[in-house]
Amino acid sequence: MKGLQIVVLGSIVPDPLQTLEPVSGPTGPALKNELMLPAVLDPWAGHALYEAANLAKKVEGKVYLVALGPKAKLQQVMMNVAQKVPFEIVVLDGPASGFADAAETAAALAGGVEKIPGLDKSKLLVFGGWQSASRGTGAVLQMVGELLGITDQFQGVDEIAMAEDGSFTVLERIEGGSYQKSSCQGAPALLGWATGNLPEPPNNPQVGMQNMRLIMPALAKATPAPLKGEGLKYAGVELPSQRRETRVVKNAPVEDIARELADWIRA
Amino acid sequence: MKVLFLAHTEEDGSLGKAAAEALGAAKGLGGELVIGLFGAEVQKAADSVAGCGAVKFYGVAGPEFATARYGSDAAAAEAIAKAAGAEIIVAPSTSRMSRVAAGVAQRLGAKIDTRLTGLEAVGGKITATRWFYRQRMVGKIERDARPWLVTTDTGCFAPCEAAGSASVEMLTVAPATRSQVVEIIAPAADAQTIRPDAKLLLVAGAGWGKSQADGQKHVDEAARLILGLLSATQASLGSSKSLVDQSGEGAALPFLTHMHQVGQTGSTPRHPKGLATCCHGEEPHVVGWRFVGERRAINLDANCGWAQGKADVLYVADAFAVMSKLVDLLK
Repeated sequence: MKGLQIVVLGSIVPDPLQTLEPVSGPTGPALKNELMLPAVLDPWAGHALYEAANLAKKVEGKVYLVALGPKAKLQQVMMNVAQKVPFEIVVLDGPASGFADAAETAAALAGGVEKIPGLDKSKLLVFGGWQSASRGTGAVLQMVGELLGITDQFQGVDEIAMAEDGSFTVLERIEGGSYQKSSCQGAPALLGWATGNLPEPPNNPQVGMQNMRLIMPALAKATPAPLKGEGLKYAGVELPSQRRETRVVKNAPVEDIARELADWIRA
Repeated sequence: MKVLFLAHTEEDGSLGKAAAEALGAAKGLGGELVIGLFGAEVQKAADSVAGCGAVKFYGVAGPEFATARYGSDAAAAEAIAKAAGAEIIVAPSTSRMSRVAAGVAQRLGAKIDTRLTGLEAVGGKITATRWFYRQRMVGKIERDARPWLVTTDTGCFAPCEAAGSASVEMLTVAPATRSQVVEIIAPAADAQTIRPDAKLLLVAGAGWGKSQADGQKHVDEAARLILGLLSATQASLGSSKSLVDQSGEGAALPFLTHMHQVGQTGSTPRHPKGLATCCHGEEPHVVGWRFVGERRAINLDANCGWAQGKADVLYVADAFAVMSKLVDLLK
């Protein structure tokens, strides 16, 4: 099937190497120095974006990224992401907090998808991460799908194989390291990606320049998407106190270590 | 307060472990308990919990509900939830239920919170506990809105088992879907390396794929040792992202996939014990160990992350040598 419109939903998260600490903000919990923390595109959304670009190349389709986050931070992250694969962006200027309500996030994202000019739902594939590195509910995508009227949904996807007639098969992760292989008659459908099979594409400055020509105006006319968090109350957020008293065993014979480990495993 | 326990049945018609635990969580809330089950058949599962104190059982069954499809599962769950009219809906975080839970909540106009590790009712107020930012912080949340659909993580609640004979009111549902499950692709029993119920998690880190003291890589030997320990202990295999990425590029262990990845961008398994080998214990990996009980590590670097309060014991040693002896001892 040619001319697919692949819409990737994603947001930004703090760089995983950063130390995170919760603080109480005026509207609920937040991260300490949140706006100062370096951010990256959520890893699962990244996988979805790279898989989308790969598929679009095969089916002469087009990729859109609908991103919800603080405009200034999105701009920083896009300077890097834009160099990876070609896409157009729809910017929703709102919080990227892991403490935001999944349903409000979904409503904002669905609104962003609906605003894509020339959107044809019969050719629509919605991609995103099946989890995130922030809230990690695995709930937003499903709700976006429902709001858009998409009832063929797949989660934990690692592979899509598209046939000439537009039908496709997907591999979804299930328990115990197994996959469920499903077939679908075609778009519209929604796929929540696990890691997929593609490596992160290398930076391509030419792609970056082409993308940024569209990204900068999109950032300038970002749609405000304040999330109110109505009805969601946090009784508390804290860091777990799980620091252990580590016993460091140095200069011990290999035989002794192996015996100690064997006893521990058998116990 | 009416509480609905909502779950799918397993292939053999039984109720799975995760579902039994979710039922334990639902029962722990008090209130009027209703049970809703869907699958190829539901009577066996209903009978297995008939004595749990539920006042009503609803079921949706038939061949079209035998497999995990969004369209049919969501329609079944929606019909049950509407028939039950519960204020709180509790479901397990299985892959099948997680695929549809939020979509069902959207259809019901319900609020949803997933992967809860705690759920309690005190003084009429329900408080849910879940983790944020990949297990880096834990929060307690409350909601006034009803219905409220929650899913519970495995290993956090006592399972409810109360066999008897249940009278199930069957609901008729006509699912609309354009999808079909073709097959389940499972590793052969002797090739299975991911075992969620194993007592031991063995994590292989990037060091296995790197040059050793003789300047050479010993990937074949690494594979033999790792698979040898898995075979001897029936442990579950996990890995750090860096080794999985190496494997994906054909440079390291061929049996590793992204499904083995533990940590920030991987899984958060629950095993009573975990042994990390050739892994530095950096924070993005160790967040995946949040729910692993006893932790030990083997690493050549005495200042690695595991030594910084992340493991109970760190053995500063060559993992190749230790694992070789260990496999011999455990055979």
